[in-house]
Amino acid sequence: MWLNQFLVLSAVLFSIGVYGVLARRNGVLVLMSIELILNAVNINLVAFGSYVQTVVGEVFALFVITVAAAEVGVGLAILLLLYRNRRSVDIHDVDMMKG
Amino acid sequence: MSVFSLLVAQNVVFWVIAALMVFAALRLVTTRNVVHAALYLVGVLGGVAALFLLMGAEFVGITQILIYIGAVIILFLFGIMLTRTRIGDEEKTDHRNRLGAILAGLAVAGVTIYTVIAGFGDAELGADTRTTTAEVSDSIFSQYIIPFEAVSVLLLAALIGAIVVARRE
Repeated sequence: MWLNQFLVLSAVLFSIGVYGVLARRNGVLVLMSIELILNAVNINLVAFGSYVQTVVGEVFALFVITVAAAEVGVGLAILLLLYRNRRSVDIHDVDMMKG
Repeated sequence: MSVFSLLVAQNVVFWVIAALMVFAALRLVTTRNVVHAALYLVGVLGGVAALFLLMGAEFVGITQILIYIGAVIILFLFGIMLTRTRIGDEEKTDHRNRLGAILAGLAVAGVTIYTVIAGFGDAELGADTRTTTAEVSDSIFSQYIIPFEAVSVLLLAALIGAIVVARRE
């Protein structure tokens, strides 16, 4: 197998995630697109780890998985609070900071 | 099994998984049904786990299934339920003008794909890149013990923070 197979697939998934973050209005869907981006990064880490025959890539992928789990927990808690105060999870409704 | 037929099998498996993952990812960012989006996310995450196993990273593959498909997806489904996002067809899932997002996605894809092809054009993975769980744990609990402890404190802080943010007064 070529290393490039994995890197190009990961780049495609990353770009689809970037599109999702920019195009979606629903907060839950934006969080799902962020998960897509983090998984693309994990594919890269493990692929490079296999390429240089070391286990370090996998260790860092595990750290990324842990931090992503923490991020989803806090992100959904914030969305829940937003829904309770605004009755909506639409990103457009969160414009208090807009001048 | 000879090395050649192993390589052919690995490539067939890779392209099947890759096609399924790209399809699921595209549907994930275009579907108007929020629950369907969560199910397409299961497809992508399962594909990533399969790729990890294909690359011989057994522990990360199993962890991916346990943490993502087992826990994160359930969290997302609870989030959809508690925020009462309207299930079914709705107009409010996407911005009205998506041209900028499409251009940004294509630009990121172009730059990264060009870079990896220019940088790793002929790099080849070995036929056998297996690493065992024992090697991973040896590395975590010797060389990376401080990041490991830091990440466990971070997880605790995130858990407490999520409870404090989301509870009712």
